Amino acid sequence: MTLIKTTYDRRSFMKASALGGGGMMIGFSWLASCKPGDKASDIPKEWFNVNAYLKIEKNGMVTIMSPNPEIGQNVKTAMPMIVAEELDVDWKNVIVEQAGLNTRDYTRQLAGGSQSIRQGWQSLRMAGATARRMLLEAAAKEWSVPVSELTTDAGTIKHSSGKSMGYGDVASVAGTMTVPEEVELKDPKDFKIIGTPVGNVDAPKIVTGEPLFGLDVDREGMLTAVIIHPPAFGMKLKSLDAAAAKAMPGIKDVITISTEVPEGAEYQWSDTNAFRELVAVVGNSTWQVMKAKKAVNVTWEPDSNLESSLDHEVRLTALVKKKAKEASRKDGNPTLAFKNAAQVVERTYTAPFLAHNPMEPMNFFANVTKDRAELVGPTQTPEFMSKTAAVVLGMPEDKIDIMMTRMGGGFGRRLYGHFGIEAAVISQKIGAPVKLVYSREDDMTQGTYRPAYKVTYRAALDKNNKLTGLHIRGAGAHGSPVFKDRFPAGAVDNYLVEDHTLESNISGGAWRAPRSNFMAGIESAFLDEVAEAAGKDPIDFRLELFDKAINDPVGEKNDYDPARYAGVLKMVKEKANWGANTPGVHRGVSVYYCHNSYVAQVVDLVMDNDKPKVKKVWCAVDCGIVVNPSNARNQIEGGLIDGIGHSMYSAITFKDGQPEQSNFNNYRLIRHSEAPLEIETHFVDNGIDPTGLGEPGLPPISGALMNALANATGKRMYNQPFVNDALVLG
Amino acid sequence: MANYNLRINGKMTQVDVDSDTPMLWVLRDHIKLVGTKFGCGIAQCGACTIHLDGEAVRSCSVPVSAVGAKAITTIEGLSENGDHPLQKAWIEHDVPQCGYCQAGQIMNAASLLDKNPNPSDEDIARGMNGNICRCGTYTRIKKAIKTAAAEMS
Ligand code: FES
Ligand code: FES
Repeated sequence: MTLIKTTYDRRSFMKASALGGGGMMIGFSWLASCKPGDKASDIPKEWFNVNAYLKIEKNGMVTIMSPNPEIGQNVKTAMPMIVAEELDVDWKNVIVEQAGLNTRDYTRQLAGGSQSIRQGWQSLRMAGATARRMLLEAAAKEWSVPVSELTTDAGTIKHSSGKSMGYGDVASVAGTMTVPEEVELKDPKDFKIIGTPVGNVDAPKIVTGEPLFGLDVDREGMLTAVIIHPPAFGMKLKSLDAAAAKAMPGIKDVITISTEVPEGAEYQWSDTNAFRELVAVVGNSTWQVMKAKKAVNVTWEPDSNLESSLDHEVRLTALVKKKAKEASRKDGNPTLAFKNAAQVVERTYTAPFLAHNPMEPMNFFANVTKDRAELVGPTQTPEFMSKTAAVVLGMPEDKIDIMMTRMGGGFGRRLYGHFGIEAAVISQKIGAPVKLVYSREDDMTQGTYRPAYKVTYRAALDKNNKLTGLHIRGAGAHGSPVFKDRFPAGAVDNYLVEDHTLESNISGGAWRAPRSNFMAGIESAFLDEVAEAAGKDPIDFRLELFDKAINDPVGEKNDYDPARYAGVLKMVKEKANWGANTPGVHRGVSVYYCHNSYVAQVVDLVMDNDKPKVKKVWCAVDCGIVVNPSNARNQIEGGLIDGIGHSMYSAITFKDGQPEQSNFNNYRLIRHSEAPLEIETHFVDNGIDPTGLGEPGLPPISGALMNALANATGKRMYNQPFVNDALVLG
Repeated sequence: MANYNLRINGKMTQVDVDSDTPMLWVLRDHIKLVGTKFGCGIAQCGACTIHLDGEAVRSCSVPVSAVGAKAITTIEGLSENGDHPLQKAWIEHDVPQCGYCQAGQIMNAASLLDKNPNPSDEDIARGMNGNICRCGTYTRIKKAIKTAAAEMS
């Protein structure tokens, strides 16, 4: 039995009320929760702000209003499942809404870092459990019996005498009761909804084409805008001649806009944007503005370096050859370990810039009048957008409403909400409601890319083929991708990490599983080669390292749990029947920990007319309690397909500051025929609080793929995308 | 600008637009049928797939002037109550993640099943290759198409 506090310092996380037409409503904070004994200093102020609601109507229907933005990670289904579980209602009677989202009434709306479930877990359980407790107390009062004689079952309250009533029957009374200070949570083994596959709550709307997304927003009198941004990083606007475009049918105006914040004001981290001065074409319909855009004459001039991928390659290579001024982490005596090594394995891996390319291009609706700003669209960071909008528009923040729509994918892209600010500035300047629509080209050449990376690994093996030293030197645009405290840190006595940064004016951003999206794959590929050099099976070799990290860890700051890490590897080994030889099938394995979850994968590759084909992927996942197995599988499947696709096919390259790819004809994304034929996912059942799934499925897969490709072709891949390698026929 | 009489989801509708306006924008901006999505604008992603006389086409690359008397079907008109076997199978297999590409996937799959009621894995891969799913729901799409095919036969 777990007790959880709903109150701290006489302030409650929950607010209950009776509904006008009967029923009850509980307002609560999506993130707030504390256990008895937690300290006041650990409790953020905003936890006392209501940002979610739970409503129980007279007819017993339960509505849960979710404040979390939905980018495809399906929190809109999973999180209400948690509330419904503790409330003990039938999922059939639960309606999930994402209504009335704005930053004034709701705080901390953010979908990033796979953390939604992890952060919401306790607070959602608390909300459900509190409502249930209040219903029980109301029923006890009605029947004049002690609460201890009552039980609940799927929305019904039962008394030991046999009589029963529905939640709806006492909801109005319950709404007037005091919120209990402490409530009891269910034992996970009694879960009925959590752990069962529940379909995406928006699926019926999605498959019938109902308006859900930012791009679907439509308002009376709304104009449409497109932007023109510089064609290259390091360029800025020089001159604009819009006479011809302005004369075209349906065109309202062609203007220049700036989203620069005024002097003295602060930029938010999410304001990353290489292009702050733009041309905007505004008119009646999308096609008219798209056509007029082509008739606008703009000239550009350089205002900083015009970088090329070839220079990046030269500069990154120089960096990974250069000793860093200071080690980022050093354990033992790496120099000595390498000096005494019987064998040294050294490999360097490279990855290009990548665009996020969510399927729904960037867009935002804005209606800015003299005293109000209404912004509606696909953003993951409304609270930051609100701050920037306030300073850019010159308006107090409480006059700005930001509503989030469902998002047609994010992958990190919608953390950077410059397009919302742009829409607002256009609306303010034009004096009309406007929907800004980016073309695919505008988005793909806009930046906030996954930065290009280069990392060199060196391993020292002694004469007994024991890994005695590991040296990782990483470099990347805007920072090194290496995580100094992750595995194999802690498993190697002599360990050294050095980091370098490549300065670049090409804007970088968080891209699904930042840095891990590269590090996981190359670490797995490198360890495979080291295992080979040591004459060991790649799984056994890693298990030895985990044993070392469990029994005799090196250093104190190793941010992973080696037992759980080894657990998924053992699980995939068993499930995939590792070691069994199937003729024609080439295998590769990989394992990684990020975003608080552990994922191990085995790729089964076949050669089909000299072309590699992923036949099957086996996954073992430890993300604690699996709230919704259907979605959990979907996230893992999607993540690994994403990871195969980007390491195999995708790249953004530059010439004179200009991206050489701009749409799906020259930026290759994985397609149906390239996806694995089959994916089998297993989850570790350990009852630990749930952790994220939106990201962890992606990182390891490129490693398993690299290792399987090596087994299939006899050659190792070092440079992404692999399709550039003559050995891998696309 | 010119007037066009279009048969959309069984209903005649008149629009007054430039003759080169792609059907995608006619549907979205003028008829307010926004189930058909914009993904690339150059016939590379399939998000905008509709049917012309039952044949899947990329509406971003079909100007309104080329439609003539052909019957247009969009995701909103694929079935009366959202219960086309593909729509049901999509829900059964919990296919959508972000959901943005799925209308196009379903429209393309419907035309595929029309021509090939019992497609193999390879037929599906080939037939669906013009539809990108950035969220990577490909393996589920394949299963859902097979389920729908079984129901329809
Ligand atoms: S929008 Fe038409 S194919 Fe991409
Ligand atoms: S479900 Fe997101 S693009 Fe397909």
